[in-house]
Amino acid sequence: MEVTRRKFTKIGCKVILGAAAVSAIIESVVTNGTAAENSPAGEYDWNEHFWGYVVDTRKCIGCGRCANACKLENDVPFDEPVYRTWVERYRTKRDGEVVIDSPNGSINGFPEDIPPEEVKKAFYVPKICNHCDNPPCVQVCPVGATFATKDGVVLVDYQYCIGCRYCIQGCPYGARYFNTEKGTADKCTWCYHRITKGLLPACVQACPTGARKFGDLKDPDSIVNKILDEERINVLKLDLGTKPKVYYIGLDREVR
Amino acid sequence: MDNLIWGYVYPNEVEIQWSILIVLYPYITGLVAGAFIASSLYHVFGKQEIKPVARFALLTALSFLLVATMPLLTHLGHPERGIEIMFTPHLTSAMSGFGYIYSFYLIIVVLEIWLSFREDIVKKAHSSKGWKELMYSALALFSYDISEKALHEDEKLAKRLAIIGIPSAAFLHGYVGFIFGGIKANPWWSTPLMPLIFLMSAIVSGIALLILLYIASMKIRKHAIDHKCLHSLAHYLWVFLIFDVTLELLEIISMKYESLEEIDIINRLLSDKIAFTFYGVQLTMGIFIPFVLLLLVGMMKNRETLKMIMISISSVFVIIGVFAMRWNVVIGGQEISKSLSGTLTYVPVFFSQEGVLPAIIILVIPFIILRVITYILPPWKDMEEEVT
Ligand code: SF4
Ligand code: SF4
Repeated sequence: MEVTRRKFTKIGCKVILGAAAVSAIIESVVTNGTAAENSPAGEYDWNEHFWGYVVDTRKCIGCGRCANACKLENDVPFDEPVYRTWVERYRTKRDGEVVIDSPNGSINGFPEDIPPEEVKKAFYVPKICNHCDNPPCVQVCPVGATFATKDGVVLVDYQYCIGCRYCIQGCPYGARYFNTEKGTADKCTWCYHRITKGLLPACVQACPTGARKFGDLKDPDSIVNKILDEERINVLKLDLGTKPKVYYIGLDREVR
Repeated sequence: MDNLIWGYVYPNEVEIQWSILIVLYPYITGLVAGAFIASSLYHVFGKQEIKPVARFALLTALSFLLVATMPLLTHLGHPERGIEIMFTPHLTSAMSGFGYIYSFYLIIVVLEIWLSFREDIVKKAHSSKGWKELMYSALALFSYDISEKALHEDEKLAKRLAIIGIPSAAFLHGYVGFIFGGIKANPWWSTPLMPLIFLMSAIVSGIALLILLYIASMKIRKHAIDHKCLHSLAHYLWVFLIFDVTLELLEIISMKYESLEEIDIINRLLSDKIAFTFYGVQLTMGIFIPFVLLLLVGMMKNRETLKMIMISISSVFVIIGVFAMRWNVVIGGQEISKSLSGTLTYVPVFFSQEGVLPAIIILVIPFIILRVITYILPPWKDMEEEVT
């Protein structure tokens, strides 16, 4: 764990430095500051929080830093096709065809494999576990190894999971994967080890444009609540009744 | 690897999670449920024609039931924790009931077998010597009362058990259908018809297996086949095929007719990924051909050998067709991406924990078990008497 965190700090520095080129860095630093302040370190009481997440698809530039930061922070193997978060690219060609891709979950960015003049419209959509308020993954786990915490985070108990993979089938968003090393299901934790110490999830911290926001839904002044109050938001696969807690701004109808 | 994927699949979906072993699981429980229900035709509904195979059907059900957990356990990431499903079942999960339903059903089948073989066991205990005597005495639970009255009581109890057995067999298997049917994330699985479809295909596969095993046993024992019994089984097979095909087509037709968001990917699944195993094996070979053959059997007079061959072919086809059906559900459902914008391909491996080899081994074991049990408890009582 220590090593990971040290590693992460290193990468974090790199990420921040790299991001300096992007003008939006200022906004991202400011945002990070406020969200972190909203959850002071110290005794953590999970009854006092209920976390939420916002993705502003209009801001995402598809750099894939979030996906990188996540793998580093959470020891997700780089050489396996498993991701706790990833970025999708949607391109509508002039002939109307929609091409969706996410090569290696966006970790190495996106190659320009269609000549720009053929593309009519393009945008990126970051994806992550929605920490659903009515999570089908929790519903289907036969032993209760997948559970929702009081502060609204869906986690896997690695000591308890029998590795049946029913939850992976049950998640409509492809947010879960099988951890071959642990022999259990695995997924995004919203960096529970960080948020309970007042830090932001690694992906939110790493995003140079502020496309990812994290905050406390129980705090009326949190960044997430402000956005929910002001913006027109949507969630993924609304009709499935999973009640996602990752809210999207600028969600296109093509997004699955 | 890339040419196995078409369109866009979520990055985590590249790995197919439920392999051929999970195809076996509903297949095996289906055979169990089907064989048990076939035996109930005699035990509960008093269909005398079925009597010659009634006890054999129970032994078949037990042999397959004993391996039903194997594919599941082999597949788990932590098989040693599998037992938690019994200690801390999470009741909102369709899978959590498995341990209990399975155990309950196992008890019923064992009791049912004990009651229908008790008389033979006691007689064997009396007539044999040494370890055999000990074994049969133990099997008889050291209660040797085989008076007319006691046997009559046994029969009554057996009937009652079988009456409980039918709904539990239906439940055991219908519930397996619900494991898939209750997954809203997957449009190919999510349908309330799934438990019924599973149940009907289970019954046909169980009866077909029974027919084949019966014919094979009689050939091995060089004993004449009871054609009345065979035709009766064939008749039930035919009837249940009708229910089966009705439900399976109903599902596809309503999906196509309603044409919801997922229809494009479903169409792609049906016309590309599983076209052969679905239209070819599951429907044509597994249902329509046997249906026609069995219809002809029903209309033909005499020519017993030809009829027997037709019934055998039908049964083989049904058994293969039902396997294809399980495959199309379990593997087919995972070959479409939940993004509804892409498909992937399952490539079975031969040598691996979840490969084809363990699957074959698991499928062979029940036949070995059956051979052993039929040695200890010969089910062909009536014929035994004929021969001696
Ligand atoms: S997105 Fe998937 S893994 Fe995350 S809570 Fe919802 S159903 Fe569970
Ligand atoms: S893989 Fe683990 S967490 Fe997922 S359903 Fe099975 S036991 Fe539960």
